[in-house]
Amino acid sequence: MERTAAQVSAAGIRLGMRRVMVLVPGVVVFAVAFGAAASAKGLSLVETLLMSALVYGGISQLVAMELWRPEWSWGAIAGLAVVTATVNSRMILQGASLQPWFASYPKALNALHLFFFTDANWVIGTRYRAEGGRDLGVLIGAGLLLWVVWVLLTGLGYWLGALVSDPRAFGIDLVMPIFFAAMIVPLWRGRRAAVPWVAAGLAALLTAKLVEGYAFIIVGSLTGAIVGAFSDDAA
Amino acid sequence: MTLPDPGSANLGAWGAVIAILAMAVATYLCRIAGVVLMGFIPLTPHVRRGLAALPGSIIAATVLPLIERLGLAAGIALLAAMGSMILRRNELLALVVGMSVIAALRALGF
Repeated sequence: MERTAAQVSAAGIRLGMRRVMVLVPGVVVFAVAFGAAASAKGLSLVETLLMSALVYGGISQLVAMELWRPEWSWGAIAGLAVVTATVNSRMILQGASLQPWFASYPKALNALHLFFFTDANWVIGTRYRAEGGRDLGVLIGAGLLLWVVWVLLTGLGYWLGALVSDPRAFGIDLVMPIFFAAMIVPLWRGRRAAVPWVAAGLAALLTAKLVEGYAFIIVGSLTGAIVGAFSDDAA
Repeated sequence: MTLPDPGSANLGAWGAVIAILAMAVATYLCRIAGVVLMGFIPLTPHVRRGLAALPGSIIAATVLPLIERLGLAAGIALLAAMGSMILRRNELLALVVGMSVIAALRALGF
């Protein structure tokens, strides 16, 4: 079923852009906060824009600002790359969760659009697909629009700089958790389907207690997937 | 471009750019790794059910420890956002509600 009708339409791209509009204000706030943090850390405007354009991962970029230094050795760069990979490791699982959708498309197209794959268009794509949608344009349109917003508003934040001296006061650290929590509601399929989520949450809480860093996301998510794989539902 | 000595303490003007490129490569590998990996795993009913449970599991595993770290105010803000989603299926409204609650609670000193 999923092997048929692998389409990417302009209408799908437009639909993705329309659907992601509701997430734009949050991304704007986040981008401005990152731009401000980068200017405070002494990055040049070009470096700041380059990071937003190439990395395009808000949380990992904010974490990188905490680790940023005026001078770099290969060892420090390797350390930064490892931290970035752990913060963004949830993308591995997000990609895996949508792989059955991507499988019918050419590898080159997947390699290209995955560059723009991020929390927000994963949220949009997952919801669209749960409704029965199959047009990959929705994911691509959402990712592209947010990428443009992310890069442009990073620049604005860089110029505004000191104006957002304490992003925490405005709740910017909660933008992504709020999106995620809100998305649980449309994903809800009854209590039995939520059992793996509870297992995931508990495993993540426990891991966060025991292990430093962001390993809890991977451990928790995999626990949920495994519980889901071995729980027999009516369907 | 000459490759600098791996042991050198300072990469000079290019250090920041190389650091950014390293972050970009690490992130891109995360983006494609799950998709590539799943290409080798057959979609048995078990795998299908596991994948179906994955989105909600990722969300629970991300959000719960963050609430634990960020405190009670953050938990209340997220519950408010979810409540808003239940009443009105509108992500923007949920974000406004959540952000307003956390800003208000933090302004009050929570």
